[in-house]
Amino acid sequence: MSKQVLANMKTNKRLRKRYRKEKLFKGSAIFALSLAAAFLVFFFYNIINQGYSALVQAQILVDVQYNEASHKSYRKAIDKSYRKIVSRGWLRTLPIYMEDHPEVMNTVRNEWVVATADVDQYLKGKSNRLKDKQKRQIDKLQEEGKVKLSFNSNFFTNGDSKMAELAGIKSALVGSIYVLIVTLLVALPIGVMTAIYLEEFAPDNRLTQVIEVNINNLAAIPSILFGLLGLAIFINFFGVPRSSALVGGLTLALMTLPVIIITTRAALRAVPHTIREAAYGLGASKWQTVWHHTLPLALPGILTGSIIGLAQAMGETAPLLIIGMMAYIPDTPTGFTEVATVLPAQIFTWAGESIRAYEERTAAAILVLLSLLLSMNSLAVWLRKRFETRW
Amino acid sequence: MKKQIFAIAAVAATCFTLGANIAHAEERIHIVGSSTVYPFASYTAEEFGQTTRYKTPVIESTGSGGGMKLFCAGDGLNTPDITNASRRMKAKEFKLCAKNGVNDITEVVIGFDGIAIAQSKANKGINLTRKQIMLAVAAEVPNKAGTALIPNPYHKWNEIDASLPNRPIIFYGPPTSSGTRDAFQDLVMKHLTKHMDVYTKLYKADKKKNKKYKKYKTIRTDGVYVPSGENDNLIVQKLIKDKNAFGIFGYSFLEENSDRVSAASIEGVQPEPDAISSGKYPVSRSLQFYVKNDHLKKVKGMQEYINLFVSEDMIGRDGNLTDIGLIPLPDARREKARHDTSVHKKLTLADLK
Repeated sequence: MSKQVLANMKTNKRLRKRYRKEKLFKGSAIFALSLAAAFLVFFFYNIINQGYSALVQAQILVDVQYNEASHKSYRKAIDKSYRKIVSRGWLRTLPIYMEDHPEVMNTVRNEWVVATADVDQYLKGKSNRLKDKQKRQIDKLQEEGKVKLSFNSNFFTNGDSKMAELAGIKSALVGSIYVLIVTLLVALPIGVMTAIYLEEFAPDNRLTQVIEVNINNLAAIPSILFGLLGLAIFINFFGVPRSSALVGGLTLALMTLPVIIITTRAALRAVPHTIREAAYGLGASKWQTVWHHTLPLALPGILTGSIIGLAQAMGETAPLLIIGMMAYIPDTPTGFTEVATVLPAQIFTWAGESIRAYEERTAAAILVLLSLLLSMNSLAVWLRKRFETRW
Repeated sequence: MKKQIFAIAAVAATCFTLGANIAHAEERIHIVGSSTVYPFASYTAEEFGQTTRYKTPVIESTGSGGGMKLFCAGDGLNTPDITNASRRMKAKEFKLCAKNGVNDITEVVIGFDGIAIAQSKANKGINLTRKQIMLAVAAEVPNKAGTALIPNPYHKWNEIDASLPNRPIIFYGPPTSSGTRDAFQDLVMKHLTKHMDVYTKLYKADKKKNKKYKKYKTIRTDGVYVPSGENDNLIVQKLIKDKNAFGIFGYSFLEENSDRVSAASIEGVQPEPDAISSGKYPVSRSLQFYVKNDHLKKVKGMQEYINLFVSEDMIGRDGNLTDIGLIPLPDARREKARHDTSVHKKLTLADLK
């Protein structure tokens, strides 16, 4: 009797110890999770707080003179008193606009036009370089309703600019899309084919083992090395134009390839062997087995892996530095061999600008990039949920 | 096996079609070089793209040294047409250019930049001499008696000069690829050390082995001088956080951030436009770009871009570039810049010596 009590106490003690250990383990896991969540919340709070104000931009209502005199000297298009507060970046485009739209000649139009970045920052209550006289002028215009903060469409329809009020992300966004298309077209077929060969056809010998180890190794290599590789192979050897979307896409394809190969192989391996055997049993050839059965079943996994690989490529900057895509490129590319820049590169360039109005634009560009990445990753999750087969 | 051959063929075919894609006419000007000239060059490039029907030139900010390397790599159209520099081309670089077939270069000076030694605005104003700064950043300095060189022992400013505050020495400055760093080394360090016996006597004793002591400019690497990337904004941010620190960057950054950082006076002079262009402020330098004249006829709009850059509208006394921090050249030198570009004045090795 007493022996049993003693034994019970012993197990209880051990049990309590085990429970304690479990609690500790669980607690530290929760702590790690909440720490990560806190970082994330802080980061989002910081970026959104800085970036949301870039979505509006100051505009001023002025009379714009379209005539010979202002065609010759664009400053004459508006009244002298406005010259310091209306963006010169907009004014200077007037002569070409007049040439392209002759119907506006010899008219005076009352238009909302872009104000300078300093006026914009003043209205937003941020540091600016306006003189007191100009501040009074803006205050007065505001009373008359001739100054407003309205949606900053320039941010989405313009390329980079040295005048913060005109700077936008269009060229970088379009550049990113071009680069991703090249990356997808090159990396997906090559990656999937390689994986199919290695998984379904290749004999298990020394050579394939070496290749396997190398592919796994490549996936972990610092991305800047792919930039050096891209410079040596694509630019110096094949003569692909420097800074072009093509060379960027090819370089990022090199970087994405190992990721696609590895995920594709994992997806193929997850297809049960019985499926293949059933196909062989019905007399299917190896090609038919892969094409009709294994590949379709592995497709959700392949797509998920590829999308995540592409999202990774989209946020990459280091290799692009080497191949000349971190540059001042305000024109939107119209072809794959045109010079292009990408969103993360644009963010990097703006972060280095000395003019303060770029701070909010940098944050806003980060928000755009983040939401793109988020939507790509959700697409990956959705595809997996939608088409996944459970065995 | 067939699959394998197919895969290899596909890869090869992709590569070759890419290779064949390339030979198109040069529609766009390619510019590389100094991160200090970059704001002015990209401003001009944008002006050029917006007010003419030419395409906007591409500008890569590679640092002066990196730009020279790319510029001098060859004469083909796949090499840059123009390189910006915050220091003059070195004789070594000129020879590299010549070796690679780049013989016809024009040098165009566009203005000045003062190198500011800045600190957080929370500090009191400070006046430093070039000698004090040199002693603070050099890797080897003379000992107290001035007879021999020792590894830099100074970690507080008052150790260098009792009149200076008891404040740790810490510098955030540009890395080795930067023209700002070259200019800082030339104007602050070499300027003094080439006249200091304690350095030069080592050079005289063994000219081969001790070449670096002829004009000593080695910056210490014991963590007191922190190279901070080509991104000058980063330096400004570090200065705000670290009140003890000094930052080294160009005047335009000082101007833009004058609400957050202030400049130390150097030998009693503040870096202000007049003091810089007159040469009173001792740490100032000229900004320039180099034109590959062989490309002028082959690249659309290149001459027009250069003409715009040297026009009064841009680099003049009230030009647009002065609004963003360029310090204009004296009238006669601006006239000379316009003359040099119109006649494509050829740069010679003798000019650089």
